[in-house]
Amino acid sequence: MELLTSSPPAIRAVDLTKSFGEVKALTGVSFEVPAGTVLGLLGPNGAGKTTAVRILTTLLRPDSGRAEVLGRDVTDDAMTTRASIGLAGQYAAVDDNLTARENLRLVGRLTHLPWADIVRRADALLERFDLLDADDRLVRTFSGGMRRRLDLAAALVHQPPVLFLDEPTTGLDPQGRTELWSFIEELVDAGTTLLLTTQYLEEADRLADRIVVIDRGTVIAEGTASELKARLGATIIEVAFDDPDAARRAASRLHRVGELAVDGKEVRVNVADGAHAMLEAVRVLDAERLEPRTMALREPTLDDVFLTLTGHAADDEKESA
Amino acid sequence: MTATATTLAAPAVTAGRPNAVTDALTIAWRNLLNIRRNPQLLVFATIQPVIFVLMFRYVFGGAISTPGIPYVDYLMPGIFVQTVVFGALTTGVGLAEDLQKGLIERFRSLPMARSAVLLGRTIADLVRNIFVVALMVVVGLLVGWNPGADLVSVVAGLGMVLGFAYALSWVFAIVGLSVRDSETAQAASFPILAPLVFASSAFVPVASMPGWLQAFARHQPVSVVVNATRALTLDGASASQVLSAAAWIVGIVAVFAPLAVARYRRAV
Repeated sequence: MELLTSSPPAIRAVDLTKSFGEVKALTGVSFEVPAGTVLGLLGPNGAGKTTAVRILTTLLRPDSGRAEVLGRDVTDDAMTTRASIGLAGQYAAVDDNLTARENLRLVGRLTHLPWADIVRRADALLERFDLLDADDRLVRTFSGGMRRRLDLAAALVHQPPVLFLDEPTTGLDPQGRTELWSFIEELVDAGTTLLLTTQYLEEADRLADRIVVIDRGTVIAEGTASELKARLGATIIEVAFDDPDAARRAASRLHRVGELAVDGKEVRVNVADGAHAMLEAVRVLDAERLEPRTMALREPTLDDVFLTLTGHAADDEKESA
Repeated sequence: MTATATTLAAPAVTAGRPNAVTDALTIAWRNLLNIRRNPQLLVFATIQPVIFVLMFRYVFGGAISTPGIPYVDYLMPGIFVQTVVFGALTTGVGLAEDLQKGLIERFRSLPMARSAVLLGRTIADLVRNIFVVALMVVVGLLVGWNPGADLVSVVAGLGMVLGFAYALSWVFAIVGLSVRDSETAQAASFPILAPLVFASSAFVPVASMPGWLQAFARHQPVSVVVNATRALTLDGASASQVLSAAAWIVGIVAVFAPLAVARYRRAV
């Protein structure tokens, strides 16, 4: 499956803006997703992720800007766009009063597949998503995880080459989340282009080739997970003590090792040269006879990146209107 | 390539062109399955009209004067219309529920005809109304309703009731798409429906109302449809009665169906 170099990106957003009354949901968002890759659209609640997805999936018209899927303008060519995309949202949009199989067949009929294909696809997807045991049960008896799996399966009935997943694992327990992740990874391995929105940094880190960080309707950073982490330009030494007093005493000595922050019993030091700084920190603490409970050198996480970029944590919902 | 990879592989775009009729029938099939899976809703929908039949037939009926015909023959056409008018709420409530659950959003992201969700819903509700009206006919016959007209006229009268029900479905589709949840859809509809049903010729002759109310009660659509249906079942229908009822039905669909589809395009 070689790609022509001239082929347009599978998904392209150019300077999209959208307001709802006074609220500016998007104030000029641009990004591209090359065919066969995964873009993670990362941001807190209310950042504008869902608005961007709804514009790209023809559910909403942008106030200005251009949205393209497979090189076609989604507004001008809405029907073709709808035929080539799959969308699974936050709310598991499946019919409670139909069985799992009926739900999949419903989507098959509404995407105008031949009946034989519909039957075959529905069965294959039920098997693939571990729903074969529950295939003829009404969806209203399903657990949250089962509903999400069925919702994802419903988005795949017509085998769309471009897939949009809007916070696919929000509200799932850790096991359900890991399960869904492995399904998504398989899809991507099979060549699907994926735009994934998430507020979980771990999710973007695991699934996305590239990450666009969006906050208050605008793109604030873009890159691979490691590029974003590298923007912190540092490794972090985390030292935890048994009491805050010891933490404060350690902080007063460690400030010459690197830029630091004290959080209760914990001291975090941003350092440039991890191993060297660690040695120095050990010497300083030993000279002061300070015995930390734990001491670790770690790579910065996307949480650290987010905090640095936006000045507020990723899960700090109240911040963004 | 393994079987798994094939299941999840993403080939070229295969979906065909949308067809408004087949898409609407698919949605209607889905909505009828919903009704079949919740038969209790259908039962509740018929309990209230049955109570009305018993109340008006045996409690109030004796005090209501309908010169020339037995009250039960006057009442039943009113009951049929009242049943489908309150039943029209179901269209709005169902759409509000679909909206709430994100199903409308999924449908709008599929390459299907824009009109299909509403057309399919109103068709399913029409089928439901046929069932409910048939049940009320049986109830009517049990309490002594004796339509004087021939079978063709009676069926035409019932067809008028169903046509009116279908037209009202489009009105309440707009209500359902405009409010955010099914409870609100229900609450918002009742104040529209109650005056139409009770300030009409459905249960009592308009002539018994105060003068200021008569002007409204005589000309509003529920009365017009009830009068036409009653005349058809009593074998005394005039062409003008039937035509004005039909005009209301066609007029309501012509105005509210495009409005509802326009509302649907902007919904969510």
